[in-house]
Amino acid sequence: MKEKDVIIIGGGPAGLAAAAALYKKGIHDVLILEREKNPGGILRQCIHDGFGLTRFHETLSGPEYAQRFLDEIEKYHIPYLTDTMVLGLKAGTRKIVTAASRSGLEEWSAKAVILAMGCRERTRGALGIPGERPAGVFTAGTAQAYMNLYNRMPGKEIIILGSGDIGMIMARRLTLEGAHVQAVFEVLPYASGLPRNVEQCLNDYGIPLYLSHTVTEIHGDARLKGVTVSEVDSTRTPIPGTEKFYACDTLILSVGLIPENELTSEAGGILDLHTNGAVVDENFQTSLPGVFAAGNVLHVHDLVDFVSLEAEKLADSAARYILGEPLRDCPLKISAGSSIGHVVPQRISGKTDFLLSLRVSSPHRNGRILVQQGNHIVAAHEFRRAVPAEMLQIKIPAANINCTEDLEVSVE
Amino acid sequence: MKKIYTCIICPNSCEIETEVSDREILSITGNLCPKGDAYVRQEILAPERTIATSVLVANGVLPLVSVRLVRPIPKNRIFDVMEEIKKIKLQAPVASGDIVRKNILGLGSDIIATRSVQAISAADPAKI
Repeated sequence: MKEKDVIIIGGGPAGLAAAAALYKKGIHDVLILEREKNPGGILRQCIHDGFGLTRFHETLSGPEYAQRFLDEIEKYHIPYLTDTMVLGLKAGTRKIVTAASRSGLEEWSAKAVILAMGCRERTRGALGIPGERPAGVFTAGTAQAYMNLYNRMPGKEIIILGSGDIGMIMARRLTLEGAHVQAVFEVLPYASGLPRNVEQCLNDYGIPLYLSHTVTEIHGDARLKGVTVSEVDSTRTPIPGTEKFYACDTLILSVGLIPENELTSEAGGILDLHTNGAVVDENFQTSLPGVFAAGNVLHVHDLVDFVSLEAEKLADSAARYILGEPLRDCPLKISAGSSIGHVVPQRISGKTDFLLSLRVSSPHRNGRILVQQGNHIVAAHEFRRAVPAEMLQIKIPAANINCTEDLEVSVE
Repeated sequence: MKKIYTCIICPNSCEIETEVSDREILSITGNLCPKGDAYVRQEILAPERTIATSVLVANGVLPLVSVRLVRPIPKNRIFDVMEEIKKIKLQAPVASGDIVRKNILGLGSDIIATRSVQAISAADPAKI
């Protein structure tokens, strides 16, 4: 069995940023394991621009953003294995990582493991849309890979279900390449993606967005022939009598992302039912000592910039752990209260400043986010608009935290 | 006349309220930064956008190379520019940052490659 200081599972934006940051902190015995043929993760197919405004103060396409980190990996000669799928993780004093690679089954023993597996798309199966099972139903990311990596058009007459950012970006992409995007339907009463994407991907191209609508039947034989769309009520239940048929050859689904945590839970890591990622403390350490997580495997981010920054932050504490320095105990819990979708981290020491990441669970205007210990306000963040599409981050000063009470975050 | 714009410059997506008379912009409020002000002024006078797409590559490890405009172009010329980009065919290797077409359609913006595509002959066969 080969020994390493740290194994990073996943060579996307989180894994690459963590590796480069660890190297700069003197941790050089690193190995990145990536299941795809090339490192870079989903950025490889995200050819649109708008990445990097926070991390690099300029706007880049996905491949350019990934290249910034790949250049560092190259510069520091940080090793990575591609075509290597991690199959198992055992988290004892040393972590045992088992993977299938080009050379067969391989095993490593590491002081620490960094989980950077990202997330995957919710599929038709997960939604349970009734009807036939024809070709022509794609997740937005699959359609994106077809078009941007393999030069294949998914179809010509398009309906999009879900107003996630990738779905809206694909609405624009398909339109630019000559397809006819008839409409985007969203089951919620508000858009799931960022307002700027509603503007520049839909409004710019005259693509209508129908809120509180969903696809209730899929029609076709070998190929998709059309979908039935219904309005839904406030409980997201289709309203009988509102059915309308749309002829189309392609249905694109942009209905949510799920952090990919099979390895985490098989290793015994505790997951958060709100994020679907691991429960972590302010060190980004999971419930398994020496196993850390950052990026979309921890909680789905809106922007890759925050994935990179989070992974770089993780590297601080992972480096300390690898060097044998103790990490602070984190006995205080943080929970998501009224109108909050989730919070990360879920545990803190109360003895150091930290950055709280969260999402609201429904749109709000002119309010504030309160972080409280009982009636004591630890931090308040005022906003003019808060939407679930946007991840919010609030700096919490240790000086305001008492070291005995749990914290709750809510919208006021 | 009052109108609300959603700024597309960054993910903050500021809602910017404007008041415009027949001849001039009377007020712009709600932007968190000066870029929002500049965006809305441009949007009122002559909307501009950048686009990203891809170009065919012969003899490359991938069939396509992703490209983008380095500067925005008039919004109403997007499809003209797309037509022009579709005519371009490159030979591998292509390097990220290569200028694929200078000053496309005379609009003052270059098209650059946003990734590198190796030639098949130079590539490690295992990575194709």
